[in-house]
Amino acid sequence: MATIQFDLVSPERKLASVAASEIHIPGSEGDFTAMAEHASLLTTLRPGIVKVVAGSDVTEYVVTGGFVEVSGTAASVLAEHAVPKAEVTTDIVNALVADAEEAAKGTAGAEKDVADKRVADTKALLELI
Amino acid sequence: MPNLKDLKTRIESVKNTRKITKAMQMVSAAKLRRAQEAAEAGRPYADRMNAVMANLAGASAGAEGAPKLLAGSGDDKVHLLVVATAERGLCGGFNSSIVKLARAKAAELLAAGKTVKMLTVGKKGREQLKREYEDIMIDHVDLSDVKRIGYVNAQSIAKDVVDRFNAGEFDVATIFYNKFESVMSQVPTELQLIPAKFEAETGAEAPFYEYEPGEDEILADLLPRALSTQVFTALLENGASEQGARMSAMDNATRNAGEMIDKLTIVYNRSRQAAITNELIEIISGAEAL
Repeated sequence: MATIQFDLVSPERKLASVAASEIHIPGSEGDFTAMAEHASLLTTLRPGIVKVVAGSDVTEYVVTGGFVEVSGTAASVLAEHAVPKAEVTTDIVNALVADAEEAAKGTAGAEKDVADKRVADTKALLELI
Repeated sequence: MPNLKDLKTRIESVKNTRKITKAMQMVSAAKLRRAQEAAEAGRPYADRMNAVMANLAGASAGAEGAPKLLAGSGDDKVHLLVVATAERGLCGGFNSSIVKLARAKAAELLAAGKTVKMLTVGKKGREQLKREYEDIMIDHVDLSDVKRIGYVNAQSIAKDVVDRFNAGEFDVATIFYNKFESVMSQVPTELQLIPAKFEAETGAEAPFYEYEPGEDEILADLLPRALSTQVFTALLENGASEQGARMSAMDNATRNAGEMIDKLTIVYNRSRQAAITNELIEIISGAEAL
């Protein structure tokens, strides 16, 4: 089966670089799965879980904020925070929720909607881990 | 003639200094490796971010309603200089070279009738600039408690800068830092943060993307992040440069101390010989007089 090159980078380090068969990505407008020959796409991320399937290996990462660049041969996730799911604890997510809530304070109008969505998405992570 | 005992103490003291500078050099070498690794680890993200931003910004630059962070406030009267230096000294010309560049820029802007504000990161730069520019310093970021520069540090600096920009405190922001070329050479660099500038990789054909949500939304979402990334890159480069500069400064100091010890030892030996000769002459003259 054709594979797609998957890269997950955060500002501090490169977390993963593998040839994957499919990648589930939480886009800001909805989840999608990138496979080989996917149309070129650039989208922002919402806090969620990236799931990488490479053969029989399935790896999951918790990501918040950033964007994804998908082309026919490669998918690069540039996340502000990215942690392998196995290492994520409730404390980490709680800290992220606190961050999001802090950022939501004092916003109004369209900004408030965006900030509130971020809080809700981050809170939803608590149930996913 | 110098006192023998004094000379001996002097030699001992220089030897101790040499031990210290040698140790500092070793420590810097280890830290440099770590700082370089950190800088390299951050590169893929920064490069990709830059490429995407260049692509997006190129499309929307000059367009109506482009985000303010990209288009600027439409003025360039008030300039903010972000001067990023080290928290510690004893690293050769590292801090001075950044300060010198910032000072030249400030003088140039002031001469052109602009208003200049300063934000300092790192204690050493602040100390050097304080005498001249204390009244225009708006804030100081202290990183002395930070062992390893993280993205959060850069994020908070960038957020502060953006908030101030949105509050209309300045029109143009520039950051000053040392770019790491090699252990021997660090290049003081200025980078304009706001209005944001992204340099596209030359020759790379921009692929055609589908954007989700629209291009403008993505741009607005990514601009603050791109800014944080630029600050982060600057801080990482600075970190590596600082250790590199300290390493070569300490290497020089160790060598100088060695030379000094050699010179002092020669003086010491000569004096000792002279003293012995003197004593001999005295004994012989005494014996002959009898």
